[in-house]
Amino acid sequence: MAIFLTKDSKVLIQGMTGAEGTRHTARMLAAGTDVVAGVTPGKGGQSADFGQRWVPVFGTVAEAMAETGADVSVVFVPPKFARGAVEEAIDAGIQLCVVITEGVPVHDTLRFWARAQASGRTRIIGPNCPGLISPGQSSAGIIPADITSAGRIGLVSKSGTLTYQLMYELRDIGFSTAVGIGGDPVIGTTHIDALQAFQDDPGTDAIVMIGEIGGDAEERAAAYIEQHVTKPVVAYVAGFTAPEGKTMGHAGAIVSGSAGTAQAKKEALEKVGVRVGKTPSETARLMRDTIRTR
Amino acid sequence: MDLYEYQAKELFARHGITVPPGQVAATPQEARAIAAEMRAPVVIKAQVKTGGRGKAGGVRLAPGPSAAEDEARRILGMDIKGHTAHRVLVEKATGGFEEYYAAYLVDRANRTLLAMVSSEGGMDIEEVAATKPEALARIPIDATIGVDLETARLLAARAGLPEDVLDAVAATLVRLWEVLVEEDAVLVEVNPLACTSDGTVLALDGKITLDGNAAFRHDHAALADGSDDGGLEARARAKHLNYVKLAGQVGVIGNGAGLVMSTLDVVAYAGERFDGVRPANFLDIGGGASAQVMADGLEIILSDPDVRAVLVNVFGGITACDAVANGIVKALEVLGEARCPIVVRLDGNNAEAGRKILSDAAHPMVRVVTTMDGAAELVAELAAA
Repeated sequence: MAIFLTKDSKVLIQGMTGAEGTRHTARMLAAGTDVVAGVTPGKGGQSADFGQRWVPVFGTVAEAMAETGADVSVVFVPPKFARGAVEEAIDAGIQLCVVITEGVPVHDTLRFWARAQASGRTRIIGPNCPGLISPGQSSAGIIPADITSAGRIGLVSKSGTLTYQLMYELRDIGFSTAVGIGGDPVIGTTHIDALQAFQDDPGTDAIVMIGEIGGDAEERAAAYIEQHVTKPVVAYVAGFTAPEGKTMGHAGAIVSGSAGTAQAKKEALEKVGVRVGKTPSETARLMRDTIRTR
Repeated sequence: MDLYEYQAKELFARHGITVPPGQVAATPQEARAIAAEMRAPVVIKAQVKTGGRGKAGGVRLAPGPSAAEDEARRILGMDIKGHTAHRVLVEKATGGFEEYYAAYLVDRANRTLLAMVSSEGGMDIEEVAATKPEALARIPIDATIGVDLETARLLAARAGLPEDVLDAVAATLVRLWEVLVEEDAVLVEVNPLACTSDGTVLALDGKITLDGNAAFRHDHAALADGSDDGGLEARARAKHLNYVKLAGQVGVIGNGAGLVMSTLDVVAYAGERFDGVRPANFLDIGGGASAQVMADGLEIILSDPDVRAVLVNVFGGITACDAVANGIVKALEVLGEARCPIVVRLDGNNAEAGRKILSDAAHPMVRVVTTMDGAAELVAELAAA
């Protein structure tokens, strides 16, 4: 099993005919993803050649869904057009919309998030995220498929490369699903959403949670874990050395006064029994211990 | 991007919010001239992007031009919590008013926008929230709906503002909402929001944080100021590098914001055993890590005089490590001699091939280490030596 994305997911790519879209669609196909359609306004009726398969291109998400039964969209369009693309997918009734685009204005995210909530149907992941992968089944986004294997660990992270690092270190044990939720201040799927899904997933035995400075998502996740998560959780938090007031790469990664520090997040997690690694490799070791002692 | 008070007030005025007449001065003489033109008592206010100006002596009343010159002389160059006042705002003094508070901001936790209005202006709002919560109205605003006059009036009433100012304050709150949305701000704050005895509502202070992601649809470039960063950050920005200068001795380059943050931590831990050396910078060269970007990054880091050793930490995900290794080799060719040791850690896709490329190149200053912890240990040792 897996969360949010399985071998049965039918994936459409918004912005497939752009350079990034084309490159990553080929990778997703190679990872076993059932990519059924591309959507590019004005290019409906064409088909794109990906070697092992032709992927039809539609002018709208609604047409693509009607013709192919797609239930997942991956968005690669530039920031300027991201809000329009996501809102189109929501209005067409997509179940999962994965927004890879980096640099989306926060007011745009707030608007499409509110619209997705009102739809009562669409889950958003991202923006500014690497997407998610259920190894051996499907990949929606840009997470490399060949650095890990299928297994029973669930992973949720704000950071792409730290996700890859942990997936690689624990590649012999393997993952049910790894979800990169993105580093923006406002995101569609949070640590808590993923924790809840992993708790409910019979294919997941243990969870790795990767956080970083900024906001209080990790503290809220700790409170959630205490109340609702019975599966073991191992965590890592990046940014202990980050000074106040400097944004560390991700728009959301900033320590403001006493709020958002890595130390506060670590303490909150440890208080509810989550083991927190000091480095990525120690985090991987803690996960090995956890699995061994189960 | 945080704005100075005078810039925030320019944007307020553009959206129809009343602000006191005023101008910016960079010298005491300019302050004197502005005060003379006002023909009224003025307030001299240090322009720094931090709070607590008043307590630090950065806001002073001047009854006339010569006092304005004296006060400006005292404030210009003043250090307020690590921020130097390079400019002062010379503003006509406002008399006889009640002070309130108004702000809109992005509420990350609830993924919505939040309006905050208080009858207790001029104070630290966190203190009001803690000591007098009934004087602070906090209402989530749906981004797809916004704030109209009716909502604004409700906000002001709920914060306990007097009945006779509600309409005037509500009109200002609607304009402030326009500033937030139309300028793509993540925070707008007016503290104090003043109501004078003649019924005028005006912003006596202002704070705006703009969303850098929205720069493509605004003409905000004029508001940026590169004057108060150390040069390296400005140079890195010009090369589109995501660079933050820190106080240590170990230069750090990596791919991905999370991995680089993590690398800084691991270097600092290792440094505890080697003279307390610490990371000198944050530099994320992103997923692609082309030879040119690697060369640009190394060039910036090696031109930082504090740097005594460099750690390149790359995880090959989308880009395989052999491509990254070729990038490093080419970058070193572009740069010529490196002036200090460079420790490289490559892991992930094709890591073996990548390490082999580097060892075959046998650059005298490059050392290859297989693990992140081991690389941090070595670079800390080299930086301390």
